[in-house]
Amino acid sequence: MASPSDIDIDYVANLARIALTDTEKEIFSRQLGDVLRYIEKLSAVDVSHVEPTAHAFPISNVWAEDTPQPGLPVEAALRNAPAQRDDMIVVPVVVE
Amino acid sequence: MPYEAVIGLEVHVQVKTRSKMFTRVAAGYGESPNTLTDPVVLALPGALPVMNKTALDRIVKVGLMLGCEIAPVCKWDRKNYFYPDSPKNYQISQYDQPICQGGTVEIELPGPSRNIMGEHLRIPLTRIHLEEDVGKLNHAGRESLIDFNRAGTPLMEIVSEAALRSAEEAFAYLTALRTVMVYGGISDCDMEKGQLRCDANVSIRPAGATELGTKVELKNLNSISFVRDGIAHEIKRQIAVVESGGTIVQETRDYDGQTGTSQSLRSKEMAHDYRYFPDPDLMPVKVDEEWKARIRAGCPELPFDKQRRFFAEYQLPYTITAVLTPDRDLCDYFEEAAKSSGQPQAAGNWIANDLLRELAAGKVALADCKMRPAHIAGLVRLVEAGVISNNIAKEVFVELFQTGEMPEAMVGRKGLKQSTDVGELDQWCGAAIAANPKSVTDFKAGKENAINAMKGFVMKQSKGKANPRLVDEILRAKLRAPSAGRMQ
Amino acid sequence: MSSDLIFKSAAELAALLETGQVSSVELTQAFIDRRRAVDDRVKAFNSFDETDALAQARASDARRAGGEMRGALEGIPVGLKDVIAVAGQPLTCSSRMLANFVSPYDATVAARLKSAGAILWGRLNMDEFAMGSSTENSAFQTTSNPWDLERVPGGSSGGPAAALAAGEVPLALGSDTGGSIRQPASFCGVVGFKPTYGLVSRYGLVAFASSLDQIGPFARTVEDAALLLGAIGGHDPLDSTSYPAAIPDYRAEIKKHRGPWKLGVPKEYFGPGLNAEVAGAVRAAIEFYQGAGCEIREVSLPVAAEYAIATYYIIATAEASSNLARYDGVRYGHRSKEGSDAIDLYFKSRAEGFGPEVKRRIILGTYVLSSGYYDAFYLRAQKVRTLIRQDFLNAYREVDALLAPVAPTAAFKKGEKSSDPLAMYLSDIYTISLNLAGLPGISIPCGFTREGLPIGLQIIGQPFQEAGLLAIARAYEQAHGWNGMNPKL
Ligand SMILES: [Mg+2]
Ligand SMILES: [Zn+2]
Repeated sequence: MASPSDIDIDYVANLARIALTDTEKEIFSRQLGDVLRYIEKLSAVDVSHVEPTAHAFPISNVWAEDTPQPGLPVEAALRNAPAQRDDMIVVPVVVE
Repeated sequence: MPYEAVIGLEVHVQVKTRSKMFTRVAAGYGESPNTLTDPVVLALPGALPVMNKTALDRIVKVGLMLGCEIAPVCKWDRKNYFYPDSPKNYQISQYDQPICQGGTVEIELPGPSRNIMGEHLRIPLTRIHLEEDVGKLNHAGRESLIDFNRAGTPLMEIVSEAALRSAEEAFAYLTALRTVMVYGGISDCDMEKGQLRCDANVSIRPAGATELGTKVELKNLNSISFVRDGIAHEIKRQIAVVESGGTIVQETRDYDGQTGTSQSLRSKEMAHDYRYFPDPDLMPVKVDEEWKARIRAGCPELPFDKQRRFFAEYQLPYTITAVLTPDRDLCDYFEEAAKSSGQPQAAGNWIANDLLRELAAGKVALADCKMRPAHIAGLVRLVEAGVISNNIAKEVFVELFQTGEMPEAMVGRKGLKQSTDVGELDQWCGAAIAANPKSVTDFKAGKENAINAMKGFVMKQSKGKANPRLVDEILRAKLRAPSAGRMQ
Repeated sequence: MSSDLIFKSAAELAALLETGQVSSVELTQAFIDRRRAVDDRVKAFNSFDETDALAQARASDARRAGGEMRGALEGIPVGLKDVIAVAGQPLTCSSRMLANFVSPYDATVAARLKSAGAILWGRLNMDEFAMGSSTENSAFQTTSNPWDLERVPGGSSGGPAAALAAGEVPLALGSDTGGSIRQPASFCGVVGFKPTYGLVSRYGLVAFASSLDQIGPFARTVEDAALLLGAIGGHDPLDSTSYPAAIPDYRAEIKKHRGPWKLGVPKEYFGPGLNAEVAGAVRAAIEFYQGAGCEIREVSLPVAAEYAIATYYIIATAEASSNLARYDGVRYGHRSKEGSDAIDLYFKSRAEGFGPEVKRRIILGTYVLSSGYYDAFYLRAQKVRTLIRQDFLNAYREVDALLAPVAPTAAFKKGEKSSDPLAMYLSDIYTISLNLAGLPGISIPCGFTREGLPIGLQIIGQPFQEAGLLAIARAYEQAHGWNGMNPKL
């Protein structure tokens, strides 16, 4: 298992798209370090012959027939939008 | 130094379904913005996905048609990345358990000429999986406007092995793949509507080398000919870079089909970290033998298999099959006409030449065309039986096409039946000989072609109704007779 | 009149409505009045709409008068944790991110409550996005424990538990990802029930950890919990993880199961971390069952006891990091005014919109899924999850259900644990493994500390055997008067 010192808070915060202040980075690094050290105990469990469980009660082939149902009227779809124009949601452009 | 290119294609095909991949709001194109959404499409808090049964049937069908191995169990994974067109900021896709693995796409390379069949290759596939499409960003200066109508449309990702060696092969691969998709009713593959989209990974290496060169990803190749041109351009660009002593950088480039140039989208390729993990909102898919058997029963014959059968069963020439086989409906049309006329080659000729010409000229879809296989068969039979001449048939074709009147009925109504009345023919032939003394002399002097002028005279006199075979016989008989010239 | 009504069970209220002794409007008004009287101290409600509630009540009375009753909850108010979507009502998850969000659609449970005739009354406070054990992580207010206003009501469903204990609602729905129904129920002295995973649709429940989340009832009595579960449970085609089976009439069914039962006591759950008063109350409850003829056996849950919390914090945070990616300020929710481009907008909107616990868990979940760590963390945790489930299934070869504490202590003081996330996480030790194993569990009142704080008994059942589990709980409840006691406010 990875060592807790591996946590690169800048890298992870960038993946998570959350701007953290220096204070937050410092606090979170310490707190998450504690949690990761605690979590590390899992490496003691022998799971070499164990199948993973994604759901406690797995079923398969859960689907619906391809029959269209009414969706949201455009007003309802956009009611919570922070900015909209011409029935579309407005965002600043992506700059990569 | 000679170079060879190594090309792999990643093709996204929108699956034709009535509702979206993970929710039942209608899928569609060209609707007014944000009218095809619901809580799931917009990723509203609390919304959950439910698979579309038809989309699954369709990918199983594609897998069976292309000879893929269908996974007995597969699952859904989340591909996590942020982008404004992606409502959940993850895409539901398949990561390490795609539903289809392996398989091949048979392609035909251009032959030495249009009339000669080219070489066939089988391009191996890595995998095919299902996922969901994103919304559409419309850029307006410093802002983007988002329409989520497309978001959530079922999307099939078809990944080829890096087995293509030229832009021509890539073009042939996409053409073949598209034909298979349309044959199977999987997708209409209209590139203008974004139903088929292609990215290419291109690298070069010295011919004969086994190591792979640094690959460049070409994005947004949004027509089949842009795929060919873009790849050809990229191969040339890479060779030029290497020959001038440079090195290829791993990057993503955008090819502009209008200007025929490409530019780097991301020069410094930042490694993506998609944090794939199994989607806990969805249960696995298990495809059993019964399911496969049901789908297999509905799989059409593949285009190139059909072509080979048309050679063997109908003795069609390559040129005709090359026109017919890309269009499954046209093939069915042909086979119906061929069977009911008993003259496959003649039927094939009429369809490949005259019918397609008229459909194109009138911008009519085959399904809407009033001329049905029975019309073609009727026409073929009339010509074969000598009831009308080929010329007459050609002349009336357009009218039959436009009105949908049965050929037999039209021939009767217009009195187009060929004349086989020997007395009438004899008169016309006599007149022809009298009016063409020079031709008569030439013919008698051994110029075989000279008879054509007399035949033409008869056809003109008879308004085309004279049976050409009888005219030929009568003319020759008259010209052989010693008194023929002096009777008048 | 109204003070008589507010602490009655839903079954009693239904009887009063049926005999015409009270109307739904009168009943609803009683709870409106109670909220007005006490919620400035309890702070259980994030929002409410008195006019709308009374309109629903009038419609219910009209249906009753016309003989067109909808179902078992006709005319009875039900409060919803602010994490369940109701069309036209706010859905904030106690987050600044969704402070102004109004749901355009109904959760399946909301639709089912409506078709059972219920009055949807109030949006109840919680830890932000259900992440927490004290309701102190709400962006809006800290709910107080009605038994001691200096103390927390538990969490994350602190609002529903406190509102019920304070007499502001007769029934409520919460959600439980690692104990978020059972722990606040125990802290507030009410019944809280987490059903088997898949029994109640999650459609319209704002996701925290999809493979663990489950909606469940808060009620004054076990019978009320059965009534409410019957109204909301059963297969839903809109939730792919919903279990495709019909559910029984729990309220009728629980009266048929009479015991005696074979009950297990997990030995690992009574170790040094358990507060003595809590242990005493739970042991007394175990003795009650023994005295009632039940066979009590000690069982062992070695993996669950040792590894459930570590497993949980990997799976729950990983799923949460992805589930909460949709809160980006684009389509809805808080949008930063500072975003210079779309990517920058994400960073700032999420920094401004999420509180510290949510950020902490997103960061942890993102980390455990990031490149190179998947196998070591998430995949390994999924495998340990298999072993945890096996622990329970092994125990169920010997016993019908398990008896355990809900939490190591009674309600703690506000601020006591908020600076130490790990200590807070460890307090979920007895509840979390059920979510990993998907099992049903109930918390029922089983006594008070010397300071007068409620203590809960947890009964853990077998998958989809909720009727049997509720019957076991009811046997204890009927022999004790705990739920007749109410806080003085
Ligand atoms: Mg997005
Ligand atoms: Zn893709």
